[in-house]
Amino acid sequence: MKALVWQGVNEVAVSRVPDPQMRNEQDAIVRVRKTVTCGSDLHLLGGYIPFMQRGDVLGHEFLGEVVEVGPQVRRHKVGDRVVVCSFISCGRCWYCQQELFSLCDNGNTNPAITESAWGFASGGCYGYSHALGGFAGSHAEYIRVPYADQGAFTVPDGVSDERALFASDAAPTGWMGADLGGVKPGDVVAVWGAGAVGQMAARAATLLGAERVIVIDRLDNRLRMAQTHLGVETLNYQTQDVGGELLERSGGRGPDVCIEAVGMESHSSGPQFWYDQIKQQLRLESDRPIAARAAIYHCRKGGSVFLLGVYAGLVDKFPLGALMNKGLTLRGAQQHGHRYIPMLLERMARGELVTEHLATHTMSLDEAPRGYDMFKNKHDGCVRAVFEPAA
Amino acid sequence: MRGLIKAAAVAVVGMAVRRLVSPGGGDGRWQRGPLVRRHPRWHVVTVNRSTDDVVRGKRLPEPLAGLGEAVEIRFRRAAGDRGIELAVRLRDGDRSAVIAGIERLSGRDPDQAIRAALREAKQLLETGEVLHPDYPPTTESTAVNRPLQLATRQGRREGRL
Ligand SMILES: NC(=O)c1ccc[n+]([C@@H]2O[C@H](COP(=O)([O-])OP(=O)(O)OC[C@H]3O[C@@H](n4cnc5c(N)ncnc54)[C@H](O)[C@@H]3O)[C@@H](O)[C@H]2O)c1
Ligand SMILES: [Zn+2]
Ligand SMILES: [Zn+2]
Repeated sequence: MKALVWQGVNEVAVSRVPDPQMRNEQDAIVRVRKTVTCGSDLHLLGGYIPFMQRGDVLGHEFLGEVVEVGPQVRRHKVGDRVVVCSFISCGRCWYCQQELFSLCDNGNTNPAITESAWGFASGGCYGYSHALGGFAGSHAEYIRVPYADQGAFTVPDGVSDERALFASDAAPTGWMGADLGGVKPGDVVAVWGAGAVGQMAARAATLLGAERVIVIDRLDNRLRMAQTHLGVETLNYQTQDVGGELLERSGGRGPDVCIEAVGMESHSSGPQFWYDQIKQQLRLESDRPIAARAAIYHCRKGGSVFLLGVYAGLVDKFPLGALMNKGLTLRGAQQHGHRYIPMLLERMARGELVTEHLATHTMSLDEAPRGYDMFKNKHDGCVRAVFEPAA
Repeated sequence: MRGLIKAAAVAVVGMAVRRLVSPGGGDGRWQRGPLVRRHPRWHVVTVNRSTDDVVRGKRLPEPLAGLGEAVEIRFRRAAGDRGIELAVRLRDGDRSAVIAGIERLSGRDPDQAIRAALREAKQLLETGEVLHPDYPPTTESTAVNRPLQLATRQGRREGRL
């Protein structure tokens, strides 16, 4: 079949790879209808997560049609239109029972790397390197879905492919940031990053009752999108004084909840950027935590900071003093999608959660290298490039 | 950018070397130095099933049974209703760290077999199956990714468990 594969740092290509096969009785094979780029892929493309190998298929946010089910699959049958959670979780280990699905004990066939690096292994993820199980990604005609009863969700009839696609990754990730960040009615919430993840976090904060939601980025088209489609406030960190504005808009208190949706390739225009960029290139730190530092600094006393942005290893100049002395709660996680996807699909059906605007560019799988180039360099207002393998 | 790949390869090889001299799994034991003899330690996993479910069958899950007489096995109810703890260690065989390291690199380290058996037994008990990686793989073998392939081939047999 055709698939988009990683060839080397900043090199991807469409090539022919073997079709996926059923490997477990709880597997399904899904014919991919739509599959989309994610900010997390950029960390793989750029080589910041050094566990990719030539030939690995990229992609983890997708929707499709079930074409084969194993004998132990109970909830799905051939023909079901499903959206699949980007994380692979068994649904039966202790972590899954606590609804911490991305921490599943049984989803990663290759736990040694993350266990050695982080102390314990996280779950598995499609198309996300050999550290997260080496599972083939979704930028392909077909994909194997392990634990299909747990990870695949039938899309309600009234919800279009275009909308449901984002219930795979961006929407549950954003929801988790607002939910586990503890957003309550009346809160002031600041979100760093106006990509699909940041936008979904902002929407979730609104739906959870936040009174003011402020999205921060430097890309005006994305900020305008957040204003128009989500009705939230915005700040451009290159042209506006973020600290002063956040104080003014929160009565001098600072935001109650700060959600970071930027990750380890965070950008800034100041000397801080060059400091982190140089240290990152010299391997003296693996990740640039610029937005995370800002979120901690601007958060109100006793407030909560949630890291949705992906980090892989070590950071430098981390403001532990602010964290400790302001009594902050800091959390982060890979998304626990299984916990939110059914609820998100219902909200999509009711029209409360709209995602189509994120798909700024739709193209065939053959054009995926161009799609990644646009997405990476944020050309032509690209927020998400969607690929259609059947087109 | 090629540098990044090199850095990754160095990291993986570094991990392997660290393990060579640190059979416990590359953590703080590094400081003890390579020549100290060590006693076999318990490798433990917690299975999210009730003690009854596991013990009633009277038969060990197959991967553990397969370890045979070489190991001691213990069960214990986990605190806080977390299920049951399965613990396994080599019956005898204080080994020098150097011998253990050589066995480990050649894939004949009994501790690797214990780790794999424990992980597989846990999966069988919790989900009814052992999750297999994708096959056939799409990954190509190149000179650059050889160290990483070596490291991932041992995925279930390595780590800190
Ligand atoms: N936790 C999870 O499970 C999960 C799931 C999906 C994505 N992610 C991560 O979330 C992050 C965002 O993903 P995305 O798909 O929206 O990515 P994206 O690349 O589309 O968006 C990132 C945005 O951050 C902005 N940005 C960069 N530096 C900034 C700064 N200093 N302050 C404010 N904004 C800044 C960029 O301009 C861009 O608009 C990535 O790190 C991704 O890996 C995590
Ligand atoms: Zn993602
Ligand atoms: Zn699980």
